[in-house]
Amino acid sequence: MAELAIEQLTKSFDGTEVLKELSLNIRDDEFVAVLGPSGSGKSTLFHLIGGLYEPDAGSILLGGENINGQKGSVSYMPQSPSLLPWRTVLDNVLLGAEIAGHKDQQAAIQMMEKAGLAGYEQSYPHQLSGGMKQRAAFIRSLLSPQPLILLDEPFSALDEFTRSEMQKWLLDIWQHNKRSILFVTHNIEEALFLADRILVLSKKPARVLAEFKVGFARPRAEDITLTEEFLQYKKDIYKVLKKGTGE
Amino acid sequence: MVLILLLIIWQVLVPLFEVPEWLLPNPYQIGLEAVNSWPNYSGHLFATIHLSILGFLIGSSVGLGGAMMLHLVPKLRETFYPLLILSQNIPIIVLAPLLVIWFGFGLLPKLIIIILVCFFPITIAALDGFRQTSGELLHYMKMAGADRHEIFWKLEWPHAMPSIFSGLKIAATYSVMGAVISEWLGAQEGIGVYMTLASSSFQTTQVFVAILLIMSLSMLFFAAIVLLEKRIIRWKTSGGGNLNG
Repeated sequence: MAELAIEQLTKSFDGTEVLKELSLNIRDDEFVAVLGPSGSGKSTLFHLIGGLYEPDAGSILLGGENINGQKGSVSYMPQSPSLLPWRTVLDNVLLGAEIAGHKDQQAAIQMMEKAGLAGYEQSYPHQLSGGMKQRAAFIRSLLSPQPLILLDEPFSALDEFTRSEMQKWLLDIWQHNKRSILFVTHNIEEALFLADRILVLSKKPARVLAEFKVGFARPRAEDITLTEEFLQYKKDIYKVLKKGTGE
Repeated sequence: MVLILLLIIWQVLVPLFEVPEWLLPNPYQIGLEAVNSWPNYSGHLFATIHLSILGFLIGSSVGLGGAMMLHLVPKLRETFYPLLILSQNIPIIVLAPLLVIWFGFGLLPKLIIIILVCFFPITIAALDGFRQTSGELLHYMKMAGADRHEIFWKLEWPHAMPSIFSGLKIAATYSVMGAVISEWLGAQEGIGVYMTLASSSFQTTQVFVAILLIMSLSMLFFAAIVLLEKRIIRWKTSGGGNLNG
């Protein structure tokens, strides 16, 4: 069970409210994108789900179990690949699983092969390109046993071309290894292309402004980004974002 | 190259100004003495090697253990860090006679001196290495659910390896110096003893042989650490920039 249910989550830092009664939920194997202006408390949301802080009020339920302030309940992929430079790529993709206590080297080698990283098992991170490092970081989170993966703007540091390649790659590998995913981004197109559902956050204190169900069938091809429907979604989301930040 | 040139200049100038050997021998005389009197000083040399290695091993263990404790227990760090620096402000030459008064002429006071000069560079280097761990990596480890123990052994410890080796290199060369100073205090054998005997009888050439031995030993120890470092730290590239590449 991977259902994530966040209810009435509130958190302040030094008297500034960052999250205010924020509620959202993610179903089993669902891909949800969270869109919001920068500084809208997206990372605070992740830190709370990741258990680094306790919320001031509200609860975070994963599979019906309260995980407030519990570290290691979810799998995480940060903005930078954050691979350990002294570990080989193979040992790096196993790190998440190692910390969670479920290491499976064979599965890791197979997954690396599927991800186009075959032959790099014994290389060190500095020998990989930016895109390959991100792939390794994503595999690391897939190989961790937790049912929910948090992705924190994972492609924001990549160039446009690599980014679109990585989005297609991510969808493909997720299609074959379904997990629940919470994906934070500030790129509308990225959210539309990847997600089943998009939640638009407001400025601080963050709450959910609007929710969009993205109806494109899977597997998705790149050309959906050129359709009339895609453009219409984009306009609608843009309007909500504009209004939300203009308040 | 520069070294050879200096030796040549030295070799040429000494006879030119007719400097007597008891004042300043030339490199050839020193070399000759080093070869000929090997049976006289080999025992001293091995005694010093033994003492330095023993002192270095204990000193580095104390240094590393101390750094780990100070790092993992912040309270200890606040209390002991100033003391640590203070311990280095006491001149060894003043401390040495005191140690003899307290512990006699045996091995213990000598080891204490070497440990005192060895542990400091390692403790400081290791502490810095532990503390300068990248924030990004630390954040990832925390989000992945790593506990304090895992963060230390999987992240901070390997991250500090290059700094620890810098500390070890400094300590390795210091250990020879520490050994020689401790032998001056009163020992049966050792390069320090050989040197004292030579200088008190105006055997200047032998003093230079002793200096040569000390330098060679330091360099040998240094090279050994560099070799060990190359074997252990393989992930570092010569090009650097290994974190983001």
